[in-house]
Amino acid sequence: MAGEVLKNIGAGTLHYRLSARKLVGTAAYMLFLLAVMVGIIGLVTLLVQVLVEGLPWLSPHFLTSYSSRHPEEAGIKAAMVGTIWLMGLTAAFTIPVGVGAAIYLEEYAPVNRLTRLIEVNIANLAGVPSIVYGLLGLALFVQALSMGRSLLAGALTLSLLVLPIVILSSREAIKAVPYTYREAAYGLGATQWEVVRRVIIPAALPGILTGTILAMSRAIGEAAPVIAISALVYLTFVPVDPLDRFTVLPIQIFNWMSRPQEDFRGLAAAGIIILLVILLSMNSVAAFVRNRYQARSEE
Amino acid sequence: MNRFAARTSANDSPVQRAWGAESAARHRRRVALEGRIVKGIFFTCALISIFTTIGIVVSLVSQAMGFFTQVPLWEFLLGTRWSPILIPQSYGVLALVCGTLLVAILAAFVAVPVGLATAIYMSEYAPNKARRILKPFLEILGGVPTVVYGYFALTFVTPVLQGIIPDLLVFNALSAGLVMGLMIIPMVSSLSEDAMLAVPRSLREAAYALGATRLEVAIKVVVPAALSGIVAAFILAISRAIGETMLVTIAAGATPRATFNPLESIQTMTAYIVQLSLGETPHGTLEYNTIFAVGLLLFLMTLAMNILGNWVVHRWQERY
Repeated sequence: MAGEVLKNIGAGTLHYRLSARKLVGTAAYMLFLLAVMVGIIGLVTLLVQVLVEGLPWLSPHFLTSYSSRHPEEAGIKAAMVGTIWLMGLTAAFTIPVGVGAAIYLEEYAPVNRLTRLIEVNIANLAGVPSIVYGLLGLALFVQALSMGRSLLAGALTLSLLVLPIVILSSREAIKAVPYTYREAAYGLGATQWEVVRRVIIPAALPGILTGTILAMSRAIGEAAPVIAISALVYLTFVPVDPLDRFTVLPIQIFNWMSRPQEDFRGLAAAGIIILLVILLSMNSVAAFVRNRYQARSEE
Repeated sequence: MNRFAARTSANDSPVQRAWGAESAARHRRRVALEGRIVKGIFFTCALISIFTTIGIVVSLVSQAMGFFTQVPLWEFLLGTRWSPILIPQSYGVLALVCGTLLVAILAAFVAVPVGLATAIYMSEYAPNKARRILKPFLEILGGVPTVVYGYFALTFVTPVLQGIIPDLLVFNALSAGLVMGLMIIPMVSSLSEDAMLAVPRSLREAAYALGATRLEVAIKVVVPAALSGIVAAFILAISRAIGETMLVTIAAGATPRATFNPLESIQTMTAYIVQLSLGETPHGTLEYNTIFAVGLLLFLMTLAMNILGNWVVHRWQERY
C-alpha cells in the first residue's frame, strides 16, 4: 500500500515539496528577524537623535538654572525639583495603599461578588487613559477639594494613576511567597496580622519594591495628567511645600518642544537625556533588586 | 490600684501576676480587635479603587452635563466641525474622533504585523541568549515616556518623511501614527508572546512528529491556539493608542478635521484636552466643560475596547 502511494506521488516530488517548505520557512525566519529589528533600530535611532541634539546643551548651568526666554540661559532646575517633590509625595501615597490593597486581596478577601468586582475594577482602571485621570484630578482635587493647582493635587492624581500597577505587581509578589511559610507561622501560633507583618511582607518585599519602582518610573514620564492639574509651565521658583505650584521634567520638555526657535529643541533633547538617565537608573535598581532576590531564593 | 493590677486576674499564674502579663482572655480579645482593625484598614485600601472609578464617572458626567445642557447631544456626536473657541462655534466631536482613529489605525498598521512577528520570533525561534538580550530592549522601548516619542516624531521622522513626500506638513497624522506604532510594538509583542508561551509544548511536539517545519508549527498550530490572547493584545494596544496624549499633541497638530488623509494636520481628542488645559480657561464656562464632554467620550471608547479585549480572552480562550 504505502509503496504504491509513494510511487504515485514520486519520491522526487516529496523531496521537492519539502525543500520548498524549508525555503519558505527560512524566508519567514528572515522576516521575523527583520520585524524584531524594527523595534530595536527605532529605539537606537531615537537614542542617537536625542544624544546628538541634546549633549551640546548639557552643562552644570543647565541643571542649576530656571527656564528662560533665551535658550542659552535656560535651565531645568524648577522641573527637576518639581519632579523630585512629585515623585516623593506620589510614592508616599501609593505604596501603603497599593500594598494594603494587595494584602487584602491576597490574604483577607473572601471569595464573593465584592471581591470579584474590586478585581475587575482594578484591571479596568489600568486601561484608563492617563489624561482621564488628569480630568478626575482637576475636578476632584483642584476644584471640589480646593487644593488648587498644587503639588498635592498632582501627587494624589498620579497616585490614583499608578495604583493599579502597584496593586497588581504587589499581588504577584505576595502570591509568590510559598504557602508553607504561612503554615509554619500559623503552626507556631501566629495571628493573621503577625503572619502578614512578620512573614509575608518581608518575603514579598523585593517583589513589591521592584513593582513599585517600575510604577514610579511610569509616573515620572507622565505629562498629560500633570498638565491638566498644573497647566502653567513657566516657573522661576522651586516649590517649598505641597501646596505650591510646580512643573515637572516632561512638561518642561513639552514646553520647549512647542517653541518655534530651533535652539529650544536642543534644550528639549537635553531635558530628555536627564529624564532617560533617571528612568534607566530606576530600572537598573529594579532589575538589581529582582536579580538579587531570585539568586537568594534559589539557594 | 497600681497599673499592673488592671491587667492581672485571679486566674493568672504567679509568674504572670509577677510580670503583669494580661490574662489569656484579654489577650484573645485584644488580638481579635487588632485583627479586625487591620483587616478594616486593608479593606479600605482595596475600596479606594472602587472610589476611583466612581470618582472618574461622577466628575466626568457632572461636568459634561454642564456642556450637554447647552449643546444638544446629537450635535456633539454627529457634527463634523469642531470649533469651540472661534466664532461661529461648533461642537461636532467627529472631527476629533476622526483624528484619533486615523492615528490609531496608522499605529495598528505598524504595530500589529511587527508586534506579532516579534512575538513569534521570541516565543518560537529565539534561543535563550537572544531572548535575554532582546527582552530588555523591548522593555525600554515600552518604557520611554511619550513626550520623548513626540520629540522623535517631530524632529526626526517628520523631516525624513518630508524627504520622501515633499508637500507633507510639519504637523501630520502620518508621522505621529508611525511613531505611535513603534511605541505600542512592545505591548502587542509581550501580550501575544505570553499567549503563545501558554500553548502547551505537546501541541508543538505533535506537529513536529507529523513532519511540520518550524514555520508551519508556529503559523498553523501555535498562533491559532493562542489566537484569543493575540487578538486581545491587538485590541488593548489600539485602545492604548486611542488614549495616548503627548505624542499626538506634539507631532500631529492642532487642527480638528474630519479627514482620513494621513498627510494632513489633525487633532485628537486627547490633544484637544491638553490644548485647552494649557490655556487656563475659567472654570465653569462652556469652553471649559467641553474637555469633560470629550474626556467622557474618550473614557467610554477605551473602556469599551478594554472590556471587549478581556471578553475575547475569556470567551475564546482554548484551555489545555
